[in-house]
Amino acid sequence: MPIIESALDARDAHTDFTLPAGEPWLHDLKRGETLRIVDLEGNQAVDTLFYSSADPTERYSAQDTIRAQRNLYLSAGSVLMSNLGAPLLTIVADTCGRHDTLGGACAAESNTVRYALEKRHMHSCRDSYLNALAHCTCGVGALLGKRDIVSNINFFMNVPVTPLGKLTFEDGISAPGKYVEMRAEQDVTVLISNCPQLNNPCNGYNPTPVRLLVWGA
Amino acid sequence: MPSSFSSANAQPDLPPELPPVDVLWETVIPAGTHWSGILRRGLALRVIDLEGGANLAAVFHRQEDPLERYNMADTLKAQHTAHLTRGHALYTDMGRVIASITADTLGWHDPLGGVGDAALFARKYGEKRYQAHRNAMIRNGRDSLVLELAKYGLGARDLVANVNFFSKVAVGGDGALEFVPRHSRAGAAFDLRFEMNTLAAFSTAPHPLDPHGEYAPKPVKLVAWRAYSAEGRASADDLCRTACAENERGFINTDRLFA
Repeated sequence: MPIIESALDARDAHTDFTLPAGEPWLHDLKRGETLRIVDLEGNQAVDTLFYSSADPTERYSAQDTIRAQRNLYLSAGSVLMSNLGAPLLTIVADTCGRHDTLGGACAAESNTVRYALEKRHMHSCRDSYLNALAHCTCGVGALLGKRDIVSNINFFMNVPVTPLGKLTFEDGISAPGKYVEMRAEQDVTVLISNCPQLNNPCNGYNPTPVRLLVWGA
Repeated sequence: MPSSFSSANAQPDLPPELPPVDVLWETVIPAGTHWSGILRRGLALRVIDLEGGANLAAVFHRQEDPLERYNMADTLKAQHTAHLTRGHALYTDMGRVIASITADTLGWHDPLGGVGDAALFARKYGEKRYQAHRNAMIRNGRDSLVLELAKYGLGARDLVANVNFFSKVAVGGDGALEFVPRHSRAGAAFDLRFEMNTLAAFSTAPHPLDPHGEYAPKPVKLVAWRAYSAEGRASADDLCRTACAENERGFINTDRLFA
């Protein structure tokens, strides 16, 4: 779990935005730009997908990413790979130390399985994703739909796997102010859901805002 | 309610072979090739590694609405598992069970490793094209699954994270992934019962993390049998249905689709 701090100054960022819990963010990153996600209050899962802006059928692939680095967890140095085996982004700084590739996003339907049938109405990451895409009338987002929502990254989420193959959801190892920073290796479109899940410890049972900063190439 | 998988994972109490079934049909997917088919609710496939060392890459879509498909994350987190074996259900992204592993002699099937593409296969094995090699040509896992999906109007966009039956990728305490060679022996088998009408696409290409430098794919046999009637459902005391509270709910969601 290498801890690498960033040399970038927030005052130089051209975008500086606070995303409340339960809301999505769809944003184009140019090649060479750097995105930082700051866990403002700690233990906040940030469900994130990436698409190649040139051809969004090329997208982040959890299996290609973990296979390329021969490791389940993301940290500084991890290269986020596409389903076509190309690097989309590289994590260049990280003060949290470990991010999840397996837990995926919550959805109304999977919430009925995981918690109770009557939890279907609760807000979820997939609903945020679909909402963002439904309201996007131009650009890459307009080309995307449920078909393109694949297994995502959960930044700041701690989902250890045991050698016996058991998957556990543990209290977060993140804390207020921890951040992860990644550089785009090609033009990419970012789709974030700041997770509204209230039924498990991934958000400490209290979903909170995150800060998003972008620096130019 | 705690998951019942913890003890099963530690000490898999698995039979050396599976009991006989009434065969509806059977077929062999030759080494390194691909297959797809529609498997209806209540049908089961006995899947057999004929020679040992097989890998069966698989994705599953719901026949009537292929936007509903196997979902790796929902399968793993519902059952708190990072591997698949007897008692596990394969979930779609809609909170329903598309297929269940009702029997298994092996104890570990890989949901993590993905498929290799043309570039990876060319790098590892070189090229073997049809003109010189006829049907012994090398077909990579990704293109194999994409072309089977294309027969149903689906495409590369619909190729999601797959399962690799008969393979094991061990996970170290630090998250490191390591392919386990010689995991599956000749005769290893599992039963996969379909809980909805399913489009299944399979490839017998080698696992992308298999370190063996020589192209040595293996054949897999499919034996179809009926696990429950077309109007029926998995029994109330079914192993997969009752494996954990999550699966009870997943089966309820699935039964409602056919109510």
